[in-house]
Amino acid sequence: MKYRSQAVARPYFIAAIGLFLAQIVFGVILGIQYVVGDFLFPEIPFNVARMVHTNTLIVWILMGFMGAAYYLIPEETERELYSPLLAHVMFWVFLAAAALTVAGYLIVPYARLAELTGNDILPTMGREFLEQPTITKVGIVIVALAFLFNIGMTVLKGRKTAVSLVMLIGLLGLALLFLFSFYNPTNLVLDKYYWWWVVHLWVEGVWELILGSMLAFVLIKTTGVDREVVEKWLYVIIAMALITGLVGTGHHYFWIGAPEYWQWWGSIFSALEPLPFFMMTVFAFNMVNQRRRNHPNRAAVLWALGTSVLAFIGAGVWGFLHTLAPVNFYTHGSQITAAHGHMAFFGAYVLINITMISYAMPLLNGREANSMRSQVLEMWSFWLMSVSMVFITLFLTGAGILQVFLQRFTDTPLPFMVVQEKIALFYWLRLISGLVFLGGLVVYITSFFVAARDARQGIAPVAKDAELAPVNP
Amino acid sequence: MAQVFTKSMARNIFYGGSVFFVLLFLALTLDTSLTLPERDQRHQLDPSTEVGQRIAEGKRLWEHNNCIGCHTLLGEGAYFAPELGNVYTRFGNNKEAIKAFIQSRPAYGIPGRRSMPRFNFSDAELDAIAEFLKYSSEINTAGWPPNKQG
Ligand code: HEM
Ligand code: HEM
Ligand SMILES: [Fe+2]
Repeated sequence: MKYRSQAVARPYFIAAIGLFLAQIVFGVILGIQYVVGDFLFPEIPFNVARMVHTNTLIVWILMGFMGAAYYLIPEETERELYSPLLAHVMFWVFLAAAALTVAGYLIVPYARLAELTGNDILPTMGREFLEQPTITKVGIVIVALAFLFNIGMTVLKGRKTAVSLVMLIGLLGLALLFLFSFYNPTNLVLDKYYWWWVVHLWVEGVWELILGSMLAFVLIKTTGVDREVVEKWLYVIIAMALITGLVGTGHHYFWIGAPEYWQWWGSIFSALEPLPFFMMTVFAFNMVNQRRRNHPNRAAVLWALGTSVLAFIGAGVWGFLHTLAPVNFYTHGSQITAAHGHMAFFGAYVLINITMISYAMPLLNGREANSMRSQVLEMWSFWLMSVSMVFITLFLTGAGILQVFLQRFTDTPLPFMVVQEKIALFYWLRLISGLVFLGGLVVYITSFFVAARDARQGIAPVAKDAELAPVNP
Repeated sequence: MAQVFTKSMARNIFYGGSVFFVLLFLALTLDTSLTLPERDQRHQLDPSTEVGQRIAEGKRLWEHNNCIGCHTLLGEGAYFAPELGNVYTRFGNNKEAIKAFIQSRPAYGIPGRRSMPRFNFSDAELDAIAEFLKYSSEINTAGWPPNKQG
């Protein structure tokens, strides 16, 4: 840690991991409810558990982004954060808003929550991923504004690098696009059309900028490759992301009432969306191959490479699978969608956050890297979570293919619920994979405690940087 | 080789490309806005009519009870329960059938199986929800879903 104010990132990272655990516990509950339909019914109905699962996911990813920005912006701009106090206060505001919202979901019926929070004054609730009460959304906007002000002032006064500028543009876009969550007309087509300006333009637009800059930062630090080279890659990658991803929004406009020409625009542009993800993979492996040093934090490099590969598989390959209009006609809103949603979110946004946390946490704790034992645990958790997520994706894809065939493709289509019973085996297998995933997460959390204990006992990480042979002198 | 394609060229592609495609996307959105009135049944939504008021109330109830947390609507939402964008046609163009279904859900579920919660709506509320689902089914969705099973 080079600047004292980078320390504000720490609570953000810790809260992010805590919420990640909550997300996965509720993921397992959902997985059980898929096969044992009355599990926890009527106390925690499926829709409530699902809200908790997806909203904790979004909140912890945002927490991770903020922590990442607070960590990397001072280092990139070469100055202390504009206001560490503001960052601290906003952390507690954000955490309290998230905790109250989740408690609200679990304690009172959703309709009651809508009443209590005055949803009729400005109705924004009851739409997928945007279920939060309107006042929570307002809270998110306030936190985002304070955060952007803090980061923006720091960048303005300091050294301007491509990494920090791209991060800032991404975060700015994230906040601006979130404002569309306040637009909720009765007209269902307009509601859906602009809902995607939050959801799609986040994950396949501005979030890719944030992802790219975080990946670039960690690669610069761990490989020692020349910044000029890394930043050139970064610009090309994010250029491709926006060039394909903006009009690519059309892949959500095929069947919601928008004009038919979107089937062309959406199919063609979104078919190119895998490109930036593929370039990220090539980029990450190239940088690691051309490394000028061997960073003692091997785990962080593994997470970074994993991000680049699994983001490409989840977003690129599984996205392409169902993005062409004639295919999407059959797969729209099926288990294929769920398969892709899981692999893409995990590969891209879960893994980039863990990459950053893995790189920064030891430094925030005053050491360049954790003990080897702790790093080995981290690597185990990487493989456990990644492989089980690949299996979750494969089982859901299997379920999805059968669902699409039985319910939509054959000459004698069967009703939804009949098909669900027929494909239950795949849901059982998904549940088992989900439990392994949870195990992997527990191993990951354990690695922090092992690291702390080893540090107390003075166990050094791997050989110091200088003792390792230079790779590409 | 590295000199042929410089960082500032890459940066210009990013800025230029982004601005161009933002504008293209906005232009397509404008054109969509102009064609939507023929497709999205907005004449039904007139708040000065009874039907319009019922649809608005139906959408409000749809949102306040988080129906999207289990169902899809025009293929978007959760995948735990059936598509509802076409439930009106699936139930034989019969609003009463929709109302009867919602009303008859058991409060404590069905042992071992998925079940919809019991919401205790009034008759007027049920009417509103059914009207909203009828309206949804009449949106021009380019022929989706492939068949009535949704
Ligand atoms: C990291 C990036 C991405 C993430 C996190 C992501 C996530 C998701 C999620 C969660 C959904 C479901 C939305 C809903 O609930 O309705 C979805 C839908 C979809 N995604 Fe992605 N996605 C990513 C990238 C891509 C890419 C690159 C493509 C295309 C190549 C793509 C194609 C699609 C399509 C076609 C759908 C609609 C599925 C349907 O019709 O049901 N996605 N995505
Ligand atoms: C233990 C592992 C997990 C299990 C068993 C699980 C289970 C589920 C289930 C059953 C749903 C609801 C599907 C539906 O609507 O019918 C869901 C939704 C979702 N989960 Fe998970 N999940 C797990 C882990 C994760 C992880 C690690 C992520 C993020 C990286 C994630 C992201 C999502 C998203 C984005 C959705 C919404 C999907 C969509 O609309 O397409 N889940 N999950
Ligand atoms: Fe998309």
